[in-house]
Amino acid sequence: MLIRKSPDLTYADVTPKSVYLDRRNFLRAMGIVGAAAMAGKGLFELALPSHTALAATKLTGLVKSPFSTTEKQNTFEDVTHYNNFYEFGTDKSDPAKNSKNFNTSPWTVSVEGEVKKPRKFSMDEILKIAPLEERIYRHRCVEAWSIVVPWIGFSFSNLVKLVEPTPKAQFVAFQSYFDPQQMPQAKYAGIDFPYVEGLRLDEAMHPLALLCVGMYGETLANQDGAPVRMTIPWKYGFKSIKSLLKIRFQEKQPPTTWNRLASNEYGFYSNVNPTVDHPRWTQSKERRLGEIFKRPTLMFNGYGDQVASLYNGMDLKKNY
Amino acid sequence: MRKLLSSKWTKVVVFLLCLTPLGALGWRAFHGGLGANPVEFVQHATGDWILRFLVITLAITPLRKLLNLPDLIRFRRMLGLFAFFYACLHFLTYIGPDQSFDLSAMWKDVAKRRYITVGFAAFILLIPLAITSTKGWIRRLGGKRWQQLHRAIYAAAVLGVIHYYWLVKSDVRKPLFYGALVAILLLWRLGSWISKQRSQAPVRVAATRASVNG
Repeated sequence: MLIRKSPDLTYADVTPKSVYLDRRNFLRAMGIVGAAAMAGKGLFELALPSHTALAATKLTGLVKSPFSTTEKQNTFEDVTHYNNFYEFGTDKSDPAKNSKNFNTSPWTVSVEGEVKKPRKFSMDEILKIAPLEERIYRHRCVEAWSIVVPWIGFSFSNLVKLVEPTPKAQFVAFQSYFDPQQMPQAKYAGIDFPYVEGLRLDEAMHPLALLCVGMYGETLANQDGAPVRMTIPWKYGFKSIKSLLKIRFQEKQPPTTWNRLASNEYGFYSNVNPTVDHPRWTQSKERRLGEIFKRPTLMFNGYGDQVASLYNGMDLKKNY
Repeated sequence: MRKLLSSKWTKVVVFLLCLTPLGALGWRAFHGGLGANPVEFVQHATGDWILRFLVITLAITPLRKLLNLPDLIRFRRMLGLFAFFYACLHFLTYIGPDQSFDLSAMWKDVAKRRYITVGFAAFILLIPLAITSTKGWIRRLGGKRWQQLHRAIYAAAVLGVIHYYWLVKSDVRKPLFYGALVAILLLWRLGSWISKQRSQAPVRVAATRASVNG
């Protein structure tokens, strides 16, 4: 089992963006908290207990990842203003507007089901599971657009190893946070909430499957799935669940939100596959945000070398 | 009100108003206001405006009768042509950025994707209507045949709504809203046609004979 030591700083010890951008507040914060909290910790720039602005808080000391692409990254502006997060509205510009006051602190992720050590993780604990890596991934939406994002997180397998799945565990079911009070737009979305997703256990254990806590050097923006989400780069974007609340290990394949709505359009696997079209539109091409013309879509979103073996012997036309 | 409607200048003002959606797009384009996916933004904006102009065009006749404002007819051709104008822009964003001006790829797409098929059909239906929108064509076709031809706008509007409905993933509020408007406007026509049939039933034979003789 691979559990590396992590610093004693807590999730709440990191600095809100509004503070580090503001020199005067920056200095005041140093005065309040003192130099002790800063000494030698390295992971976070400085300490300021805060429960107000957990979104957009700087994360530093990130480990570079061999899985990162060198392709041109999309801008932070694009990635935070063109979102599918139906709990906050169905227009791409809705989540940025409607998730502003989304309260993500305190946050607890519960892990249950077929595991020897079911438990709840606070965000502080999640951040200590493994060193944070920056992973620059291609992200391909089922709607045929794509982005390149510098995510921050670590392989989901690190968490799995902590809870020790039993031999019965074949699948992992994920559930998003849902609160109709905070997400009044959700009732118009046309899909059922809470949002649920799932992976086969071996997919979830693949090192590319990222438990993601940030992007662009910061904690996740609310509209991108704060405070913690999955990022599975070889699958269509909707497989990468946002604002993750519950993880359940189980024997049976779990239901998934879009599959439940239209199983002929959205399969359980939903691997990026240019040879299997969505019934209503082609998946052979995609528009990278920032480009006018479309580019060819790559099998497994270009991660075939790493993940194709997960699907050996499977008919991917049937298991779309 | 009637004076206003019959004024030459009102037509100019309406013309300029009809151009404001295009102006707004242009302004956004030069001020970074088209968002992360400008092609999609223009596609959605022009698509919305096609449906709006079709609905407004279809509303002219009911409004003329209900409000007793016959002069509204002066704007109908222009409004219909603006629907076609935005349909051309909409089509250009499809054949260009989406299909890279590859005609054979476009035909394959039209044949394979039902929402493209109906959208394309709606666009094709509007072409003869735009061409025959002039006074000369009304004369050449004769009022009755011209009118029959131009009923194709009903089909175009319905197909346009279906195109939108089949495109969205799960939130069908907007397509249903347009669908409801089109349905109301077409049902009004059905209703007025039925009541006309009833009231004219006894004199229809005479009327037909008169027109044959005339």
